[in-house]
Amino acid sequence: MPRGDVLHGSRAVAEAVKLCDVDVIAAYPITPQTHIVEDLAEFVANGELDAEYVLVESEHSAMSACIGASATGVRTFTATSSQGLALMHEMLFIASGMRLPIVMANANRALSAPINIWNDQQDSMSERDCGWIQLYCETNQETLDTTIQAYRISENKKVLLPSMVCLDGFVLTHTIEPLEIPDKDAVNRFLPEFEPAVYLDPDDPMTLGAFATPADYIKFRFEQEKAMRNAIEAIEKADREYKKETGRGYGLMEEYNTKDADIIIVSMGSVVGTIKEVIDQLKGEYNVGLLKIKAFRPLPKERIKEVLKNARVVSVVEKDVSIGLGEGGLFSEIKGILYNLDERPKVLGFIIGLGGRDITQPDIRDIIKLSKKAEKDVVDEVHWIGLR
Amino acid sequence: MTVSLGGSVKDPGSTVKTKTGSWRTFKPEIDNDKCIDCGNCWIFCVEPCISKEDGKYVVDYDYCKGCGVCAHECPVGAIEMVLEEK
Ligand code: SF4
Ligand code: SF4
Repeated sequence: MPRGDVLHGSRAVAEAVKLCDVDVIAAYPITPQTHIVEDLAEFVANGELDAEYVLVESEHSAMSACIGASATGVRTFTATSSQGLALMHEMLFIASGMRLPIVMANANRALSAPINIWNDQQDSMSERDCGWIQLYCETNQETLDTTIQAYRISENKKVLLPSMVCLDGFVLTHTIEPLEIPDKDAVNRFLPEFEPAVYLDPDDPMTLGAFATPADYIKFRFEQEKAMRNAIEAIEKADREYKKETGRGYGLMEEYNTKDADIIIVSMGSVVGTIKEVIDQLKGEYNVGLLKIKAFRPLPKERIKEVLKNARVVSVVEKDVSIGLGEGGLFSEIKGILYNLDERPKVLGFIIGLGGRDITQPDIRDIIKLSKKAEKDVVDEVHWIGLR
Repeated sequence: MTVSLGGSVKDPGSTVKTKTGSWRTFKPEIDNDKCIDCGNCWIFCVEPCISKEDGKYVVDYDYCKGCGVCAHECPVGAIEMVLEEK
């Protein structure tokens, strides 16, 4: 029987990892770590989870240990956040290049300097090109479900890429929400035992991640891109089957009132909850919808184009910025997706909530009003919300 | 090399199959008439891919990367680095 509970987002991730019978957990336990790994340490210590818990001296080492363990063909997990993710950067490419289905939770938090421990999405956005699947979550329930799904997606033989489950720091990690923990038998049916395609075995020695000359290296990258494209289908399949077991599914993205909407807001993570709320309040007054991006890598470009092409204005609301380009990553990519249409919507970018600045309902209302204005008038392309 | 999953290589000792000679821009050519059999090139070749066959020094171009160390170390200028057209 599934079990109802009231949990922090961090605890929800730990519960999911426990249900997935992870074999090796490697983590650095100090700031900017969240209590995800604390909870897991507790599960291992009290015998609820039979896993090897490797306490390492940095996030770089945590990812290295996961890579080593995963290469031997076992299920692995780690969690990190902001500076910790940045420190892993080098190893992220090695994990994806070696095609290891590691799952990691990233509590989205701002990067220093200045020192700030609060939520935004600059950390994972900076890692968008490293070959990891990135799945952004709106609620604690979605985070729990996505963590379980991530193993199924990553371990799919046509994918074999690592997954990063992104949950907003504090907004989800430290916020308590009622949720349902799936039944262990349901998870077992959904997630079969991990069968590695290739793995290191002392009795049958081999090399992983070996040398490729300039003549071959590009082919490996192309194979990774193909695997990412396969992940689009794998995500949908995993989601369908998960829904069969639990009744909950999320898809690659979620459309909220997008049909015939003049204005469509595009966003990802927990802020979409606030946006939906404001859309409901403005019903009848503004014809506005929301496209929630769940899978940012792989980005389902064709689907996104289909949803957005008939809108008049598309407004991208995001918690990151590419300094020097003066716009957020999601905004740049959405513009790119729409560019080759003969007739395309105007696209506006809103940089908001950096370093944990609250995103309020009035902020979202202002964004919708400005988007409405952009239907007829010329307005600036990019807006920083909350400068004062 | 075939594109294997995650760069996996199943057979031990397979490095020999990677023909690193493809890196080369200049190719060493040994003039055996000038050679005084000092053995410097054989000692210094970094790969090492110079061997002595039937009393003559020969380069294995499958692995010679064209670094030019042999030509530099030859005391009598018997090795010329020639631009390779591919
Ligand atoms: S060029 Fe370099 S690699 Fe080639 S034979 Fe001479 S020393 Fe050896
Ligand atoms: S270094 Fe020059 S002289 Fe000496 S063995 Fe080689 S080719 Fe001959």
